Amino acid sequence: MNTTRLELRTTPHIKAGRTVEQIMRAVLLTLVPVCAFAVWQYGLSALALIVTVSVACLASERLANRLRGEASTLGDWSAAITGVLLALSLPPGFPLWMGAVAGIVAIALGKALFGGLGHNVFNPALVGRAFVQAAFPAAITAWVPAYAPGRFAEFIPSTLTPPLMQPPEVSAWAQAAVDGFTGATPLARWKYDGVLTPATDFLAGSVAGSTGETGAVLILLGGLYLAARRYLDWRIPVAVLASAALAAWLFQLWAPERYPGPLFVLLSGGLMLGAVYMATDMVTSPVTPLGVWLYGALIGVLTVLIRYFGGLPEGVMYAILVGNALTPLIDQYTPPRAFGTGGGR
Amino acid sequence: MNAQPPRPTPLEEFLEGIWRQNPVFVMILGMCPVMAVTVSAVNALAMGLATTFVLTGSALLVSLLRHWVPREVRIATYIVIIASFVTVVDYLIQALSLQLYTALGAFIQLIVVNCIILGRAEAHASKNPPLPAVLNALGMGLGFAIGLLALGSVREILGAGRLFGLALFGADFQPWGVMVQPPGGFFVLGGWLLLFNWLKKRQGRLQPAR
Repeated sequence: MNTTRLELRTTPHIKAGRTVEQIMRAVLLTLVPVCAFAVWQYGLSALALIVTVSVACLASERLANRLRGEASTLGDWSAAITGVLLALSLPPGFPLWMGAVAGIVAIALGKALFGGLGHNVFNPALVGRAFVQAAFPAAITAWVPAYAPGRFAEFIPSTLTPPLMQPPEVSAWAQAAVDGFTGATPLARWKYDGVLTPATDFLAGSVAGSTGETGAVLILLGGLYLAARRYLDWRIPVAVLASAALAAWLFQLWAPERYPGPLFVLLSGGLMLGAVYMATDMVTSPVTPLGVWLYGALIGVLTVLIRYFGGLPEGVMYAILVGNALTPLIDQYTPPRAFGTGGGR
Repeated sequence: MNAQPPRPTPLEEFLEGIWRQNPVFVMILGMCPVMAVTVSAVNALAMGLATTFVLTGSALLVSLLRHWVPREVRIATYIVIIASFVTVVDYLIQALSLQLYTALGAFIQLIVVNCIILGRAEAHASKNPPLPAVLNALGMGLGFAIGLLALGSVREILGAGRLFGLALFGADFQPWGVMVQPPGGFFVLGGWLLLFNWLKKRQGRLQPAR
């Protein structure tokens, strides 16, 4: 009998070379310069924080694998990215034990409970950060100056706080380390004191802020590389930044003496880090072409609104979490028109 | 002839609310006080015991009166019985500790509308003789108290560094602000539900159900 074998398969028939591991590894690589810059700025404490938070994330991921009885998913690098991004979004002098709590919550509550990578509703790193923001509101707003003289020889005093204990006050240490340091981020200085920080300070990274948010240029370069390799959707950061700038510009037109310009809004706080690395998380952002623009614009405008009218000086985190929450809805109401259907009035 | 399931023994009747049908961890009933008053272990325990008292007392009365209450007005009758016991508890707590009374606030009076109590009156006490009804209500009440205490202890330990008002970690303890706020209640309840379900699943695996 003639037995010609006909192999039948479902689509896709041609696969691109890109895998989850490859994309995640590239994202992690582009974060290395940002981390290096943070360590250069803040010294030992930044290094210890990045390592601690990442280890906490990786350990929680492994434990979740163990409990679910599945193979290790450390190899897809996503837990490592969560750890690094989370560390970069915390203040450099954040006590290490609180960083570990943030990492555990990020993976356990933000990811593993939903069923692991691809099933989570919210960006895990932001879930971890939101938790410690609510749990330790004082520690997460204790800022220290960049380029302190002895930063490679000693830790920031709050870094090595014993577990469960209150971190020591760092403002006196910070003022002794760098003369004229005010202990506030540019956003807080603008919001509470009406002082605008010049753009050159932002580019030099000599402003107070979270560990990784002050290296705006490196973040942008990393984003450009990832966008060029098509590892992230370039429309999301563009939509976030453009809508934030537009909203800031409109507010400035309306009341120039009260609101700062678009450049300040773009450079200050975590907007760059959030727009490039957090809003673009593939799991928690929309997939439809129109939806992507809507999602980005929503985050940008919300960030400006929270910064201007909210109780806290910074709003990127909550803006992105709201965007994540609305992602399924956005996807549902912005389906692309399939060729040959609809239209034709 | 419909096959009657075997009558539960008194011990089974009592244990039902503590483990198999725990109001907090299994039935997820009465969540309003569970979220609102569990910021400290003392509040949680007081609320649990107050609910147990109302539950047991009303179960006894409802069970005794079960042949005389007309079907049409049974809910109203149960509510009147429950409300009487709640009034007793309300005055009792006020007399014993005014501090506790202000801490629990309106939630003492709100025991009237706690769905566990009306639920047990309707589903169990009105169909059973006094002894099983009281045993079941006692178990349910204690199960509820255990649930509240489980939440209250964790929230007080993390949110204030104390347990029953005793400092555990010394003066330098960093309180987890979120734990004494409403979100903390949901986090801790979620954690306990996770643990409870995991234990039940494991028990089910070890000895297959009847």
